[in-house]
Amino acid sequence: MSAESVSGGPSWTKPRARGVAGADSGAPRIWSLSADAAAGASTLAKATATPGGSARELEAPVGGAGAPGRRRGIRFRGLGLPVYTALALLFLLIPIAYTFVFSFNNSGKLNIAWQGFTLDKWTNVCAAQGVCEAFANSILVGVVATVLATALGTAIAIALVRYRFRARSAISLLLFLPMATPEVVLGAGLAAQFLSLGVNKGLVTIIIAHTMFCISFVVVTVKARVASLDPALEEAGRDLYGSAVAVFWRITFPLLLPGIAAAALLSFALSFDDFIITNFNSGAVDTFPKFIYIAAARGIPAEANVVASAVFILAIVIVVVAQVTRAARAARLARLRG
Amino acid sequence: MAAGTFAEKGADLELVGITKTFPGFTAIRSLDLFIPAGSFFALLGPSGCGKTTTLRLVAGLEEPTAGRIVIGGKDVTSTKPFQRPVNTVFQSYALFPHMSVLENVAFGLRRRGIASPLEKAHEALRLVELDHLAARRPAQLSGGQQQRVALARAVVNRPALLLLDEPLGALDLKLRRQMQLELKDIQTEVGLTFLHVTHDQEEAMTMADTIAVMNRGEIEQMGAPEELYELPRTAFVANFLGQSNLFTGEVVSSTPNALTVAIAGQQLVIPSARAPRRSGTVTVGVRPEKLLLLTAPPAAPSSGVNVLGPGRVIDVSFSGVSTQYTIAVPGIGDVIVFAQNMVFGPVVHVGAEVWVSWNVEHGFGLEDSPAEAAAGVADAASAAGADGDVATSALTTVKA
Repeated sequence: MSAESVSGGPSWTKPRARGVAGADSGAPRIWSLSADAAAGASTLAKATATPGGSARELEAPVGGAGAPGRRRGIRFRGLGLPVYTALALLFLLIPIAYTFVFSFNNSGKLNIAWQGFTLDKWTNVCAAQGVCEAFANSILVGVVATVLATALGTAIAIALVRYRFRARSAISLLLFLPMATPEVVLGAGLAAQFLSLGVNKGLVTIIIAHTMFCISFVVVTVKARVASLDPALEEAGRDLYGSAVAVFWRITFPLLLPGIAAAALLSFALSFDDFIITNFNSGAVDTFPKFIYIAAARGIPAEANVVASAVFILAIVIVVVAQVTRAARAARLARLRG
Repeated sequence: MAAGTFAEKGADLELVGITKTFPGFTAIRSLDLFIPAGSFFALLGPSGCGKTTTLRLVAGLEEPTAGRIVIGGKDVTSTKPFQRPVNTVFQSYALFPHMSVLENVAFGLRRRGIASPLEKAHEALRLVELDHLAARRPAQLSGGQQQRVALARAVVNRPALLLLDEPLGALDLKLRRQMQLELKDIQTEVGLTFLHVTHDQEEAMTMADTIAVMNRGEIEQMGAPEELYELPRTAFVANFLGQSNLFTGEVVSSTPNALTVAIAGQQLVIPSARAPRRSGTVTVGVRPEKLLLLTAPPAAPSSGVNVLGPGRVIDVSFSGVSTQYTIAVPGIGDVIVFAQNMVFGPVVHVGAEVWVSWNVEHGFGLEDSPAEAAAGVADAASAAGADGDVATSALTTVKA
């Protein structure tokens, strides 16, 4: 089945509906007949011939041949969507599949042509020079930058929503800038600052750079959550003998947690993924994206494919676990309610 | 059943010269208030009158610009909300959505480190008859149930003072009536001091021992519900707490017993004891249900009865227990009469010529000067919304 059938579905019923409209101007009857097959049209012919509106209206939906015709129409259209989806997914997944498959390639230095299947690269990931170091650096930078950006960003978001202070709207606006500025400009600008301050580039400068651009995303994500939080809840906490610390950890934080978690995941993904800003501010230190970029010039080792595949699989596992837990919780709540 | 456990007495609340200004406006103007321990006190007023701000000041959620707050003899003005022996039932209930009903109720007990918090929480939930729902989340409860959880969560801490911020506003009429009675029962049972903020005059009159009517950041009048209703001292109270017919005119004679006021050529008498202003231009009033509708002029002017008329009926509206007649009296304006429906259908129809009369002892005089009275009527009208046009037209200023 091709894309033709997709457009064929709706257009197959539509002209018929239009034909009905031409034959009779009674709008409700058209609606009930429009999805019907050829047999339905004959019912219509009979119906229009019958005087007395109520009789016609009763007859139309009952028309025996109409019902299966309508079902066929739905099935017709129903096939198009899976085909579309499969094509789109295929297009998206080919590079990942390629990476995954070639992580089993028994290659030498170059991992371009298929040399035969092996599990050696999976069992011996750190054999290739620099892969594991770069990966470890990426994880370290990702975790530290995420923690810093999430903590700072959450505090900023709460302050921006809950309190009125001078330059509040200016700060709100400035926080958008890192998101709107091209990464090349951010990276180069920061690199120039580090240079003029005489800071040696390395892990610390990467972490600073990543924390900087992640904060914006955290603030935007958490701010939406804070804005939807009824201030009366925190007031109730204070009223019920909660100190400022207790109110934050027992009420504000748990209620903001979904937003904070989303912000942290986003930060980590952005940090782990970043190449441009990292490249400007890393000095001799390699992160995983930077390692791959450099390795691409002389051939990416299959171990890099292993790491990339492993990250992909881990991400899928996390998503599946999250979904299953959520479904289980929903089921438990439903039981409680019932 | 749980009365023994919650028998701790409430404390008095004293506000001394409380002023609260926000950038741009003054919410409360030098307010003095004393609420005795164990009473059910209502702060009644339209939105924006400062009643909720007063409550938040007492709870510690706002800081007063000036003045002192004393609870049970202790000055708490500069203490944080969690240090005050006060709990609030919020308008939106503010139940913690991420905790079970039981944990919500136990929250305050846990924060204070009180022994066996869950047991006491169960006890409080039994008081509001919701113990069987203790494991649920607030979102799984109906509005009325949430309201009762909010009440249990506050009462369980045995606060010296319980603050209620329009907690019944979100409920439908029938449930609200039921909750009013339950709240009153619980107050009697636990013996706490209740400070209830509301804009619903009926709710205030049903539940409170004492009502303070607030307008524009000040208390207009304070007293028992019957006292406020029968003898309002300002035009605002006269029209915010029910409706009133108000007439402004010059005092023509004054004896120790009675005050005679000339209104557009007709003379009205009110008892001197019920008139704080006894000379010059005064505003006098009478409640619409005290008026009697006459289809013929009274034979002989008898003392002890005021008569206005003739006027023409311009509107008749039926409201179940009574019928409201609007009568246009030339030179005086519209007069509202509530007549009980003792017979089927209206007694008179639109266009009929009628007289109204009332016993002299039902009249009252206002403390307001005529200008203040006009402002008060306008305030009450804007507060009452749709009823406003009726209330405004009830005041007639007669130019001498």
